[in-house]
Amino acid sequence: MTAMIEVKDVSKAFGGIIANDKISLEVPEGRVTGLIGPNGSGKTTLFNSIVGYHPIDEGSIKFEGVEISDFRVPKIARLGLLRTFQQTRIYSKMNCVNNMLISVNHRSERFIDLFRDYPPELTEKAEQLLDFVGLYSKRKLISGDLSFGQQKLLEFAMALMNEPRLLLLDEPTAGINPTLINGLIDRLRRAAAEMGVTLFVIEHNMPVIMNLADSIYCLANGRLLAHGSPDEIQSDERVINAYLGGHYTVDD
Amino acid sequence: MTFKQKQLALYGILAVAGIAAPFVFPAYTFQITVMWVMILFAVTWDIMGGQMGYNSLGNIFFFGAGMYTCAIVQIGLYYDVAQYTASYGAIKVDFTPEQYFTGLVLGIIAAALVCVVFAVILAHVVFGLRGPYFAIGTLGVTLSAGELTGAWEYVGGGGGIALPVFPGEPDDRALMFYFMGFGLAVATFLFVKWMFSGRFGLAANAIRDDEEKAEGMGIRTMRVKTTGFAVAAFFLGMSGAVFGNMIGFIEPLEVAFPSVTFGIFMVIMCLLGGKGTLWGPVIGATLFHAFKEVTWTYMLGWQWVMLGGLIIVLVVFFQQGVLGWMQEKWPELFGIEVDEGAIATALAGPEIDERPHRGEAAQ
Repeated sequence: MTAMIEVKDVSKAFGGIIANDKISLEVPEGRVTGLIGPNGSGKTTLFNSIVGYHPIDEGSIKFEGVEISDFRVPKIARLGLLRTFQQTRIYSKMNCVNNMLISVNHRSERFIDLFRDYPPELTEKAEQLLDFVGLYSKRKLISGDLSFGQQKLLEFAMALMNEPRLLLLDEPTAGINPTLINGLIDRLRRAAAEMGVTLFVIEHNMPVIMNLADSIYCLANGRLLAHGSPDEIQSDERVINAYLGGHYTVDD
Repeated sequence: MTFKQKQLALYGILAVAGIAAPFVFPAYTFQITVMWVMILFAVTWDIMGGQMGYNSLGNIFFFGAGMYTCAIVQIGLYYDVAQYTASYGAIKVDFTPEQYFTGLVLGIIAAALVCVVFAVILAHVVFGLRGPYFAIGTLGVTLSAGELTGAWEYVGGGGGIALPVFPGEPDDRALMFYFMGFGLAVATFLFVKWMFSGRFGLAANAIRDDEEKAEGMGIRTMRVKTTGFAVAAFFLGMSGAVFGNMIGFIEPLEVAFPSVTFGIFMVIMCLLGGKGTLWGPVIGATLFHAFKEVTWTYMLGWQWVMLGGLIIVLVVFFQQGVLGWMQEKWPELFGIEVDEGAIATALAGPEIDERPHRGEAAQ
């Protein structure tokens, strides 16, 4: 089992606040890895560091053996490492199909390609993926008019359209109504299994992440607290204390 | 008639009208030429301002840069430019028809190319700015360009340059510049229409809607922005070259870099017609130009008040513009689908419809 992402001793501070303190973890290829921790524990900061949103203070981040801690966001995205946002982000004034088309990966795009049309196979693929997340009947609608849950699904479909090697999902079930969550988990699993996308997921919903992940890392106060299978994590004293102890705040 | 045929018919009618206009209304040839330039202004402004969400107040810079580049080439081919501008006609300046036309054509080409180079260089400076900072930054570029040109003795400074005189009858001159303006506006429109029909259009709209997301998806945003800016500069540079020669005398503040007139007009025209659409800027420029000509003719003294009034009405009551309003009112005409049940479904139903919608997905 090879590690797709190797994070080694990564630290990141904002002013005097240490958001990540010497964090080391690995995301193995072809698996679903979870990242949990109370609010403010540094999960999103770690995601931002991995995708190049801000420079890290120290440490090393490798993606498929390549050091990426110096790369900026678009370059890392073109390597096949994508993320979705906690606050869903889509192109809200474009229709769903166009949202999908422009999300195609830009790895081998040349300048001249900017002036080319999309081949019909790509529209076909966009529609298939919209169907996969259950948005086929909404494909011609302006995406900003969709409900929040549907926008989350669209963002997920856009990520799949990019054919990433690894997808970082920041709270995929936040704000989605409970009946939809099962459908979403099913699709996340199928994306991992059928499309060969490795997933690294931040999630606050414990039943979801215990169900979905093969292994879980837990952060607290910017430090790595525990790592193990869902069963091990669930029975880990430190994790339970972190969630139920002094640092617990109401989930957003 | 299919949609495509209707479209072709529309283009045909417009082309015939454009060609016939100076012969039908010879007294208005100059005004209609300016209208074509206005359309070019609006269409090029919309590339960045409408489609990409980068509201530039400095696009008129390329108009002036093209105008001066063309003048330098036209004169510099046959005379020493510094001597020519310093003499105010004291040296005998006489361009043969051959020299005149060679200079004009080469000047227009040079204007386009120099403006593209300027655009690529400027892109690396101004695209670091977002929102209002970008607008002010680009405005600063134009204002300083005007001031710098005014202090540049080589091109005559604030005194300006009298351009080579057209070797022929005034009517022929008017017709030639009319067709140059018309041709440029049509070429600009067709190029922009083509450019936005492919990936470029979607990339531009993605940047408009959420640039950070676009970067996160791996779109080469800088390349898209620079390309859009350079295309606008290419056509604006040529329009400046033609416009300068049509006026015959150029100077930095009022003719070449008129930030508060043409520079602002291009924004208003796009807002009036509906920014971010293909036809909006064309409609907006036509209406605006008509409005302007009417108020300038019949309400002289009040024309700026009328113009200010129009801007206020647009910004407060009519932000979506003519075409934007039509799209809202008759979305089906524009191929936009609106799901009236969407809100009800979102409130009531399961959001993932488990039934397969497509044959191939049912497996």
